[in-house]
Amino acid sequence: MDLDGVYRAEYGRCVATLVRLLGDINLAEEAVQDAFAVALEKWDSLPPNPGAWIVTTARNRAIDRLRRESTREARHAQALLLHQPDEPEEVGPVRDDQLRLIFTCCHPALSPDARTALTLRLLAGLEVPEIARAYLVPEPTIAQRIVRAKKKIRDAGIPYRVPAAEELPDRLAPVLTVLYLMFNEGYAATAGPLIRTDLCAEAIRLARELAALMPDEPEVLGLLALLLLTEARRPARLGRDGELVLLPAQDRSLWNRALIAEGHALVRRCLRRNRPGPYQIQAAINAVHTDGDATDWSQVLVLYDQLQVVLPTPIVALNRAVAVAEVHGPALALAALEGVDLPGYHLLPATRADFLVRLGRDAEAAAAYDEAIALAGNETERAFLTARRAALGT
Amino acid sequence: MKQYLLAVHMVEGTPMPEPDVMQKMYDQVDRINQEIKAAGAWVFAGGLKPADTATVVRSEGGSTTMTDGPFAETKEQLGGFWVLQCADLDEALAWAARCSAACEGPVEVRPFEDEPA
Repeated sequence: MDLDGVYRAEYGRCVATLVRLLGDINLAEEAVQDAFAVALEKWDSLPPNPGAWIVTTARNRAIDRLRRESTREARHAQALLLHQPDEPEEVGPVRDDQLRLIFTCCHPALSPDARTALTLRLLAGLEVPEIARAYLVPEPTIAQRIVRAKKKIRDAGIPYRVPAAEELPDRLAPVLTVLYLMFNEGYAATAGPLIRTDLCAEAIRLARELAALMPDEPEVLGLLALLLLTEARRPARLGRDGELVLLPAQDRSLWNRALIAEGHALVRRCLRRNRPGPYQIQAAINAVHTDGDATDWSQVLVLYDQLQVVLPTPIVALNRAVAVAEVHGPALALAALEGVDLPGYHLLPATRADFLVRLGRDAEAAAAYDEAIALAGNETERAFLTARRAALGT
Repeated sequence: MKQYLLAVHMVEGTPMPEPDVMQKMYDQVDRINQEIKAAGAWVFAGGLKPADTATVVRSEGGSTTMTDGPFAETKEQLGGFWVLQCADLDEALAWAARCSAACEGPVEVRPFEDEPA
């Protein structure tokens, strides 16, 4: 593993630990970046525990930095750092720190936009331009959101802690949303290459930690199962030439059996609790996709009907229409898309185009493909849609 | 410890509740005040007279002017507040939830600037 790899794997963990040690997000980030700069100079080969090396170095750099400053807070923070006994955390960053930081970033007192941006920055180590590109928002907007969120955390005194059990229902939802979005961005990047494996891996790792901390929350298990079952199919998503391969055409022998087995077990475990929420139902849908040699679409449609009740969003309506097409045919599926409004989302016209092709309405399909191609930001998806459009011969 | 302002806003022109409703609210607020004091979070609290009793004073360039009415031109005006001492925002928000139930209205939570060094 090279330094870039260590950075991607350890950045979030190290920042989380330093935030606990320093009580200040900005200082923690600066210290971790300092430590990576030192590593770049000093490492000939990787130390046995790169994360611990970075944490220790960052802590020492932070003490140096605080020594140079003379404010009361700096002296106070320095005293805290120097008198902190060497806890076992020093050996390797403790996972609890990250959960604490996720819950801090996803505090309901922060705006939903700020939560995602801050979590992607601090826990996934994404840079501002990357986050801006992912959300199709100008860079200064993202930078400003992050600065504002950090300022509110500091000034309003949002604590670094995992909330108590009775607060969880309110606090857990945004955390799950952020992990889900982080994974989605990795799975189908908004721009550039299609898949970002590091981002998917990070989201899964954080979901695992959350599940270990809250094994009794069915939606946490549901989210983890959803991510695992989606990730399991990744090796089959791109063909030999890097082209997109849709689910029905995928080579199922390439799917990751271990992840599928783990995901299925989790789905069974949370369904036993009989408190189905959106993530559990989506996990169940993916369990059907990964069960046996072909998807049982009628079962998928039943689950989408259920999902639409608990999560009546246009995205769910769009995905449900795909199941309708498989079970009841493209005419009814096209009707199911009536009134679905997703401005700027390429998969709506792309799906409509697919239904129109099946109905033999090629001219309308071509127009819908054109619309989808214009909206798709991702090269792989654009290439896929362009090929479909070309195959029409219109 | 940090200090937080828990502010209650009144919307101008909203009819005054019936006396028995008002009395119920006073009792509720009184009870929560006792709890805040018992928990050691109490700094100060009070209800304000309506915004039309306000006067704005401006002292600029050696001359002082006064204008009748509140500073902010808005229908929502500060109606009362608590100043609490809490470990962190979560503690302040937990009190705010109970204060909101007691006074039957939204409560805005704002941290005070830290004491200067």
